[in-house]
Amino acid sequence: MPDTVRHYLFIAVPLLVVLAVAPSVYNNHLLLFNFVIFFILAQGVNIIYGFTGYLPFGYVGFFGAGAYGFAIMVMHLNAPAPLAVLVGGAVAVVLGLILTPLLRLSGAYFSIANLAAALAVLHLIANPALEQITKGPYGVALNGTFNPTMAYAGGILILALTLGIVVYLKNSSFGLALQAVREDSFSASMSGVSVVRMRTIAWRASALVAGLAGGVFAWYVSVFYPDNVFSADFSIFAIVFALFGGVATISGPLIGVIILYGIYNLIGFTTPQYFQLIYGLLIMALVLFLPAGLVSLATRRGWNVP
Amino acid sequence: MSPDAAPILEVSGVVKRFGGFHALDGLSFHVSPGEILGLVGPNGSGKTTAINVISGLYAPDAGSVSFAQTQVGGMASHKLVHLGINRTFQVPKPFMSLTVKQNVEVARTYGGATDKSPPMADLLEEYRLADVANRPASDLTNAQQKMLDLVRALATQPKLLLLDELAAGLNPTELDWIAGRIKALAQGGLAIIVVEHLMGFIEQITDRVIVMNAGKEIFEGTLAVAVKVPQVIEVFLGGEHAA
Ligand SMILES: Nc1ncnc2c1ncn2[C@@H]1O[C@H](COP(=O)(O)OP(=O)(O)O)[C@@H](O)[C@H]1O
Ligand SMILES: [Mg+2]
Repeated sequence: MPDTVRHYLFIAVPLLVVLAVAPSVYNNHLLLFNFVIFFILAQGVNIIYGFTGYLPFGYVGFFGAGAYGFAIMVMHLNAPAPLAVLVGGAVAVVLGLILTPLLRLSGAYFSIANLAAALAVLHLIANPALEQITKGPYGVALNGTFNPTMAYAGGILILALTLGIVVYLKNSSFGLALQAVREDSFSASMSGVSVVRMRTIAWRASALVAGLAGGVFAWYVSVFYPDNVFSADFSIFAIVFALFGGVATISGPLIGVIILYGIYNLIGFTTPQYFQLIYGLLIMALVLFLPAGLVSLATRRGWNVP
Repeated sequence: MSPDAAPILEVSGVVKRFGGFHALDGLSFHVSPGEILGLVGPNGSGKTTAINVISGLYAPDAGSVSFAQTQVGGMASHKLVHLGINRTFQVPKPFMSLTVKQNVEVARTYGGATDKSPPMADLLEEYRLADVANRPASDLTNAQQKMLDLVRALATQPKLLLLDELAAGLNPTELDWIAGRIKALAQGGLAIIVVEHLMGFIEQITDRVIVMNAGKEIFEGTLAVAVKVPQVIEVFLGGEHAA
């Protein structure tokens, strides 16, 4: 069986099926939806960071842009929700296009510039002068499209697309070339790889999935403020989950979300003081002892982790 | 092919500045298909910079680089690779977390390999990497990483190969072996530029040498003649005293 098929069959499909049936056996629908969102965002970080080495501290910018793309389509054009979600994805891709020059920066400079860009988008949207278009800082209420069940299904579709992209990257020569660029961009170009083109494609793909996630999030919650959908928590969580599990794999970011977001929900609400402590310690331990994520426990032993 | 064939690479009057410093200061030379040209000179004379310009890492600030009758100065590296230029690095630069096979795979897929390209297994066997084919490049010794650099370059089927201190750090048996490999490549029609400090090695494999000093060529001819030219002797002795 080719690896691609195995990865779909044993990782992507089971996860999607579990998430699809979960609402019928577990009644915290919002929590399940948040899991879907973080699976998408952690994999989106995986696409750009795991495969190209750019750490996007401002990743939430795409998410928020997608949410507002959705809101504007619904408020001003009465667009049907699924179409508005697609537009949310398109808006994020356009934002990605505008931010393409950031890819000339490396390391921390890229991360910081990306963070600044996300803040700039937030303040543009939250600007009272744009109230006619975005409702500015007062937030949006999209009662007309409110439909959590459908939005949840949409989220699963987007997760399927995202997993499809990651499985492709993991198994294709395109993904291998991206990793080569991450390892050494000049050697990659001396292998005939067009470095700029590769990075741009990965950047747009990761913008797309975050924008779609933002759109479907807006559909699900229907009432939100700029600060909600541009919250730095989204970037931080997605990055920490992806790194905790291990990037440049299909399973790593998923494992990261299940464990860390699971812990967050188990102890985060009941005993927040312990949560902060445990979370902080976990992350420190990770950085110190497992910089390549949980999956490196296996890869160090020479096992191949998909 | 004979070394007398028309040049495939012509470098003329190339200048490369770093700030106000002229790393290349009007460098000119040429190399023909089937020829092995030695590029020698003291440390800092601009040999690596010359290779970096020819392989597209830097655009020349002045002068021209023409390859197979095309002006290539300043062209993006991946395009130069597709035209047939490739190189190894003085400090090897493989994709460390990828396996040896994956390293070569990238070059085969994106470097324009064709049905006529040597199969991967043969290349790995030939350059003594078959045993480590599935290991990450970071596990290799420095010498093995250099061979991986070379195999990566060869996988793109170059017409011009630039070898930057490929032999440094090899033991005498390995030196003889790699000298034989390089000669065989040239006999197959490849134009090869070899940067090396070991004069015995240069003498063994090159048809002709360019001696560089301060970013310019100061001698062109055979090594046997070069070592009798006062200017060349002075540059090398001066270089050693300074070092
Ligand atoms: N990227 C760079 N930035 C600044 N100076 C450089 C750079 N690359 C090379 N140089 C300088 O150019 C000169 C030639 O270097 P190089 O070409 O590496 O010499 P060689 O390979 O002959 O030892 C040296 O003085 C070196 O310090
Ligand atoms: Mg050098």
